[in-house]
Amino acid sequence: MKKDTNIKPVLEIKNLNKSFDNNHVLIDFSMDLYKGENLVIMGKSGSGKSVMIKCLVGLMYADSGEIHIMGKDISKLKQTDLNILRTKIGFLFQGSALYDSMTVRENLEFPLRNHKEMYENKDELVIESLESVGLLSAIDLMPDELSGGMKRRVALARTLILKPKIMIYDEPTTGLDPITAKEIIQLMRDIQEKYSTSSLIITHDIDCARVISNRMILLIDGTNYVEGTFKELENSKDKKVKSFFK
Amino acid sequence: MAISLKVSKGIKTFFLEIGELIYFALRFFKEAFTKPFEFKELMRQCYNMGNKSILLVSITGFILGLVFTLQSRPTLMEFGAEAWMPSMVSISIVREIGPIIIALICAGKISSGIGAELGSMRVTEQIDAMEVSGTNPFKYLVVTRVLAATLMLPLLIILGDAIALFGSALVEYLKGEVSFLLYFNKVVNALKFSDVLPATIKSFFFGFAIGLVGCFKGFYCKKGTVGVGEASNSAVVYSSMLLFIIDFIAVFVSDIFFEI
Repeated sequence: MKKDTNIKPVLEIKNLNKSFDNNHVLIDFSMDLYKGENLVIMGKSGSGKSVMIKCLVGLMYADSGEIHIMGKDISKLKQTDLNILRTKIGFLFQGSALYDSMTVRENLEFPLRNHKEMYENKDELVIESLESVGLLSAIDLMPDELSGGMKRRVALARTLILKPKIMIYDEPTTGLDPITAKEIIQLMRDIQEKYSTSSLIITHDIDCARVISNRMILLIDGTNYVEGTFKELENSKDKKVKSFFK
Repeated sequence: MAISLKVSKGIKTFFLEIGELIYFALRFFKEAFTKPFEFKELMRQCYNMGNKSILLVSITGFILGLVFTLQSRPTLMEFGAEAWMPSMVSISIVREIGPIIIALICAGKISSGIGAELGSMRVTEQIDAMEVSGTNPFKYLVVTRVLAATLMLPLLIILGDAIALFGSALVEYLKGEVSFLLYFNKVVNALKFSDVLPATIKSFFFGFAIGLVGCFKGFYCKKGTVGVGEASNSAVVYSSMLLFIIDFIAVFVSDIFFEI
């Protein structure tokens, strides 16, 4: 998916900087995400990927730079407006982050509590969401009764229940066996087709990137080192880029 | 040089933490009085804290009354003052020993429980997930737990006091052949309004301190399982210390208003 200067990105980061004392994690990092696009960001551990996505959803404050989501500068939003905007973003956490004191049903109902109209149809929405990840049978189970792959699917269902426009995946296949990882990747593709979402995927998994990406960014030393399609980066002569594809 | 640096760093950290705790308490008051109110979660927390502490508080109260009476009896007998036993025990337990012992027991159970629960939620990104879904985790997790502890602790202390007095009455019945009716008649006659009211008021503050410190430690838990353990442990230590400080202030203030 090529950039078109006439199309406005749904998510735009400009010159983002973030440091922890003398450790500069993000240095003038910029990127765009376009509608319907699957953008993969790869980088070594500690390269600033997680910090970047936490800044995106307001879980962390950047030192400087701008983040625009659907045309809104998140640093200028009030907390209530930020919360409204957050409901348009689905965030799949690396460890699934299911509420372990609640059943699967209650986990899925939880994001609906602030949406009166949706809450009235909560049963239908929960069933629809669980069906889309193929886990309707787990509706009354507790998170500790689920396998790693099932947890990831339920977490995905929970993010889908508010029908987000943008999906952010933080290491979606980490800690899963190859077969389950493939299932999750397929599920991510199905979701994008069904809900027409734009996806930002943070991963180490080269197979995941190959299958799902329209475009890739390599995050090295806190900067947007190189950008292109999977094939372009795979055929790159740059040593640092090559090291990711070995 | 190294020691003085360590000491000054320790003092700085201590005061920073006090400042953060005060800010946390102020945020609690701000969030507690603004909509939406998490009434259902508050009720759930009240049930969890109250119901699950009843047995522990009852056993502690019973043994407290029993032991206190058994230990005091020989001394009072030496002076021929056994008749004062119900008055002495009831005033001691209702005014001071009951509230502080039950509060310390609850600090161990409730505060550490909250610290560990919120700490593990922080470490496993459940609190972040809540925030990302557009829910205010402070309101949902902290306000409800602090309020529940504030409301439940006075009830638990009243229960603990009553059972402690029953334990004491049992010893008197078995050792001194004093009937339960006579014992409790003397207890009621001995207790004044100025004994019950300050103790009840301070128990609300005890509950607030237990809930607040547990939530503070858990909510800002550092990453990792070690952090969860530390949050749970320091929640007990800090809330226990705070209980004694509150108790000291309560006695001081009660003395001004009620001339103890």
